[in-house]
Amino acid sequence: MLKELMIPRRLALIAIVLALAIWSAYALRWDWLANPKYQALIWTGVRNTFWILIVTMVIGMTLAIPLGLAQAVGPWYLAAPARIFCSIIRGTPLLLQLWLLYYGVGTFFPSIPWIRDSSLWPILRQAWPYAVVALSLSVAGYEGEVMRGAFKGVPHGQLEAAKAMGMPRFTLFRRIWLPQALHRVLPTLGGETVLQLKATPLVATITVIDIYAVAGRVRQDTFIVYEPLLLLALVYMAITGLIVLLFRWFESRFPSRVA
Amino acid sequence: MLDLEAFGASTLPLLAYSPPGWGATLLAGLWNSVQIAVGAFGLGCLIGMGGAFGKLYGGPVLKDLLAIYTTVVRAVPELVLILILYFAVTDAVNQLLLSFGYARIQISGVAAGIAVLGVVQGAYATEVLRGAILSVPAGQIEAARSMGMPPLLLARRITLPLMMAAAVPGLANLWLVATKDTALLAVVGFAELTQATRQAAGTTKAFFTFFMAAGVLYLMLSLVSTLIFARIERWARRGQRTMGR
Repeated sequence: MLKELMIPRRLALIAIVLALAIWSAYALRWDWLANPKYQALIWTGVRNTFWILIVTMVIGMTLAIPLGLAQAVGPWYLAAPARIFCSIIRGTPLLLQLWLLYYGVGTFFPSIPWIRDSSLWPILRQAWPYAVVALSLSVAGYEGEVMRGAFKGVPHGQLEAAKAMGMPRFTLFRRIWLPQALHRVLPTLGGETVLQLKATPLVATITVIDIYAVAGRVRQDTFIVYEPLLLLALVYMAITGLIVLLFRWFESRFPSRVA
Repeated sequence: MLDLEAFGASTLPLLAYSPPGWGATLLAGLWNSVQIAVGAFGLGCLIGMGGAFGKLYGGPVLKDLLAIYTTVVRAVPELVLILILYFAVTDAVNQLLLSFGYARIQISGVAAGIAVLGVVQGAYATEVLRGAILSVPAGQIEAARSMGMPPLLLARRITLPLMMAAAVPGLANLWLVATKDTALLAVVGFAELTQATRQAAGTTKAFFTFFMAAGVLYLMLSLVSTLIFARIERWARRGQRTMGR
């Protein structure tokens, strides 16, 4: 890794990038970073971005497993709705789904008395439940398709061997089928998590305070055009790097045999 | 009890084509979205073609620069890139115009949208096309070279036709991403389908009806393009031996 960087042309490239970084540190306006108000906001934003990413990935993957299973081996009355759900989610923009939930479904809730009187109402009045639902469904739709392929890709002999040993169906699923399917999607899952990270700033459009919303707020308050956006790009690149490293570690823990 | 009235059955006439219906606004938005998607996809394919050949046959510096381009663009959310590029591109063009003594211009939303999404698409297209070029059997290219075929003719006659079959599925995916990414331009206030829908919904308060209608329009667009790309793929695979024989 280090050796690859020690080639003259790469050293020159690094020098150019460093020079650009130093130039932007001096020539551009970063004084707003010293403001404790914005510092607190930035931390909240980063925390919320992480929180939304993790929660929606977990919920979405949990939903994707039955969706993939239904499409791969389910009877037609389960397979058809699952396929339609995936097509709808994958065929329309996430921004539209989010706005449909927040502005569309969200505006009906106040007009239905038993919902407004229920104890859930204080939660439903906020924006984040809609963000979590929309982003989770999006993960479920895309990953359901991926899981379908993964379930189908597990060699039949494995399942037949387990059946021949008299393994009950649920144990077979839990011990043989699901682990091998998940192992298969691990390389794709890293990329999909990065895609999901890139979808999170959409929640800022329905007033959830993630890091993107914070940058927008700073830009509005201070009339600084580029600097908050540059910081934003840096933060997202750092998180992407973290995700890539994490999944590389995961994959090294469950190595697959290379033929 | 499920109240159909609450879900906006009475607001359906608002979708009529002529005012007071908002159908014309939605369709104009759809037309804008399609225009931007086509432009961005085309630009992305051009950038991707150059990028893919550069990554495979370019010099070491060009390879490094292209690696940085694809990595950065694919790591930063499109929404952030749109904002950065939108302001930066408009700014740069105006600075250039001012320095040559021309007046500032307002860059049209369609042009800016195409430029921004095209740069994003280009990064993904580079990877798709690079993989497709790699799928061409090396012997074919070597044979053409050994016959003294010049590089451009080789690309046109050998590499491009042979890589098409491998490239079409990836490009089809990219096209679908392009149609959906146009929705992000709503955030910079450009009147594509999603923004037009929000405007119509905000004015009439019939949020559910309009967002559903827009969803149906997007879905039709993606279903029709899936069909078209399936045809293109069948055409690109003509002459290939089918599996299982």
